[in-house]
Amino acid sequence: MRAGTAAGAGLLFGGAATRVAATGTSNGLRPYELAGASDGHRSHDGGLLGVEGEVDHRRNRFNPTDMLDDWDFGQVSRAPDGQTLREYRMVALDQTIEVAPGVFFESWNYNGRVPGPTLRCTEGDRIRIEFVNAGTHPHTIHFHGIHAASMDGVPGVGAGVIEPGASTVYEFDAAPFGCHLYHCHSLPLTRHIHKGLYGAFIVDPDPSRFSGAEAQAASRRTFEGARDAGVKEMVMVMNGFDTNFDGENEIYAINSIAFHYMKHPIRIGTDDDVRLYLINVTEFDPVNSLHLHANFFDYYDHGTTLTPTLKTIDTVMQVQAQRGILEFNFNGFEPGSYMFHAHQSEFAELGWMSFFEVVEGRTV
Amino acid sequence: MTADRNQTEEAPARPGWVAGLAPLALLGVVVAAFFFFDPLAKLREGFPPIEELTIQRVVLNDSPNEFVVSVVNGGPEPVTVAQVLVDDAYWSHEVTPSRTIEPLRSATVRIDYPWVEGEPHEIVLITESGVTFEHEVEVSVTTPTADLQTFALLGLLGVYVGVLPVGIGLLWYPWVRRLGARWVSFLLMFTAGILVFLAFDATVEAIELAPAVPGAFRGTSLLVVSIGVALATLLAVGGRSTRKGQQPSALVLATLIAVGIGLHNLGEGLAIGAAYSLGEVALTSLLVVGFTIHNATEGLGIVASLSQQRVGIGRLAGLGLIAGAPTIVGSWLGGIAYNPGLAIAFLGLGVGAILQVVWELASLVRARGRLVEPLVLAGFVAGMIAMYLTAILVVA
Repeated sequence: MRAGTAAGAGLLFGGAATRVAATGTSNGLRPYELAGASDGHRSHDGGLLGVEGEVDHRRNRFNPTDMLDDWDFGQVSRAPDGQTLREYRMVALDQTIEVAPGVFFESWNYNGRVPGPTLRCTEGDRIRIEFVNAGTHPHTIHFHGIHAASMDGVPGVGAGVIEPGASTVYEFDAAPFGCHLYHCHSLPLTRHIHKGLYGAFIVDPDPSRFSGAEAQAASRRTFEGARDAGVKEMVMVMNGFDTNFDGENEIYAINSIAFHYMKHPIRIGTDDDVRLYLINVTEFDPVNSLHLHANFFDYYDHGTTLTPTLKTIDTVMQVQAQRGILEFNFNGFEPGSYMFHAHQSEFAELGWMSFFEVVEGRTV
Repeated sequence: MTADRNQTEEAPARPGWVAGLAPLALLGVVVAAFFFFDPLAKLREGFPPIEELTIQRVVLNDSPNEFVVSVVNGGPEPVTVAQVLVDDAYWSHEVTPSRTIEPLRSATVRIDYPWVEGEPHEIVLITESGVTFEHEVEVSVTTPTADLQTFALLGLLGVYVGVLPVGIGLLWYPWVRRLGARWVSFLLMFTAGILVFLAFDATVEAIELAPAVPGAFRGTSLLVVSIGVALATLLAVGGRSTRKGQQPSALVLATLIAVGIGLHNLGEGLAIGAAYSLGEVALTSLLVVGFTIHNATEGLGIVASLSQQRVGIGRLAGLGLIAGAPTIVGSWLGGIAYNPGLAIAFLGLGVGAILQVVWELASLVRARGRLVEPLVLAGFVAGMIAMYLTAILVVA
């Protein structure tokens, strides 16, 4: 029974890395397997940090592992003047989601997932979003980006709030390039955001607008450029859930599921470069943060520059709606489990704690 | 008219219990119909499930360090414990027999946790729907197991808090015997003052415990019921042992006082034993000594009614044991198998018993003279003040 729960618990704090180092059997073994494999580990004083059981991703109809890079490029067509038109359909829904094993949350979300779809486009593209409110409360979509007031998705301006059953179209040219987000701006704002109405909005730079080294950097920043250069891209939305509605989060996560990437570490090759789009939508707490273990990264605040705004750091903090791009690699590193987590220990121990599993070679 | 009369006169042919059962049967039909047709279904739509869990007891074990949490579902619907947090961190655990706890059933949650001696820890159970139930371990100490040493320690505690002070209080007997009639009335009302103070004290304590009782068992109602049970029982017993229209004999009254104080001390022992074993108070010498001095006045209360009666030392010792020994039993029970419902029931029985005794004391004083008289009332006030002042010594 106890050994069984250990495997079910699937987590331990600190133990994984030290065990890996001590035994030298890091390759291919996930930390949670190490935890489950050893009864001795379970019986020693202290138990294990983490949650019991597994989230049913199929019932949720989204999986944080897949969400890392499931870009939504929209329905692409070309306008007569040569401008790229991307059309999206976004539907606001009420949906019960499992945010930690066995813990359910009545979410409001876009397109049946929290966070909503990761919209990806290039600076200058025409973005046309048909928004349908199939939920039970009035909602909007407010984009962080440059657009007309009438397209801002706030109450009382333009289409204003979209009542249940109603719909509207938001349309604008994507700008500036960077790592952005969208969220519902209905009031009360706190409730509408924390219920799950948010998502990533990634605008790639257009390399043709730059020259020389800048053009090269811009090209590398695009989806195709990253793919060709062997850059492993991923999106992480830092969020939280106040399951008992007491104004404090019971669960913190990236991409919604507590401890998901502890149980399912993100594979990174020693030869990969990593680009991480990090967005903070956490309610109730003034800041959230990311700390990378045993490594350092360059940081591009808002992703709106081609040169880093912070160089060689291992911890970055963001206020709500702040976001940025992290670039790093594990070139020449010993393979193994490298942790990253919020460096508010409380957030980490309430679910925002993750592992990169570094393996030899390339994963992209 | 005549026909009706005839019918009613014939009615006794049917056995009487049929008439008694008919309303019950009708009640059954009404209840069944309500469940069957479920007219409130419409009202419940969109309502989240009602979840109510009560954490009754947390045992702290060392080697290995763990919390063993006893939890009761006091609500109307099953509750599923999804995850467990200790000090704002999700922690591995086991729930037996099942994560889903049916109404009025209990479960045990074992949490391997490196708890820190002497420091507080907060345990939170989070249910399927995200509702949280919290319990704070105020001072982490290893919960005593039911071994000889624990029994001895808790027993000693009971002796110090209950038996010794009551016994010492009884030594006022020779002094009481020499008092004049007026001062005897003073002393009887002094006893009444002590008892009223104790009754109030026990009531407050029981009300404070009430939230720890699972909702369906209604802690405060339990208190009222146990007060009623004790009061009615002792009135019946007291009435039977005395002839109609007469005061109970001094010895009977003294025994009733001892029983009342004994029941109260049982509840007090439960609370002390529980507080010690659950790590809710650091049991200081000051606290124990405070109780010792506080409870010495109880012994005086018992002998006050014996001023005009010669009682042997054996009888006196017996009275002392009736009043004091329950503290030992209480601290054993409280220390080893604490249950807040049980504590409330005993505290309530104590209050009921005390109310009956106060009634008897007042009747006795009235029979001896006037009740509303400065010296007599001064006795009552003095009794309460004595308890209040010595209670200051009980610093928990």
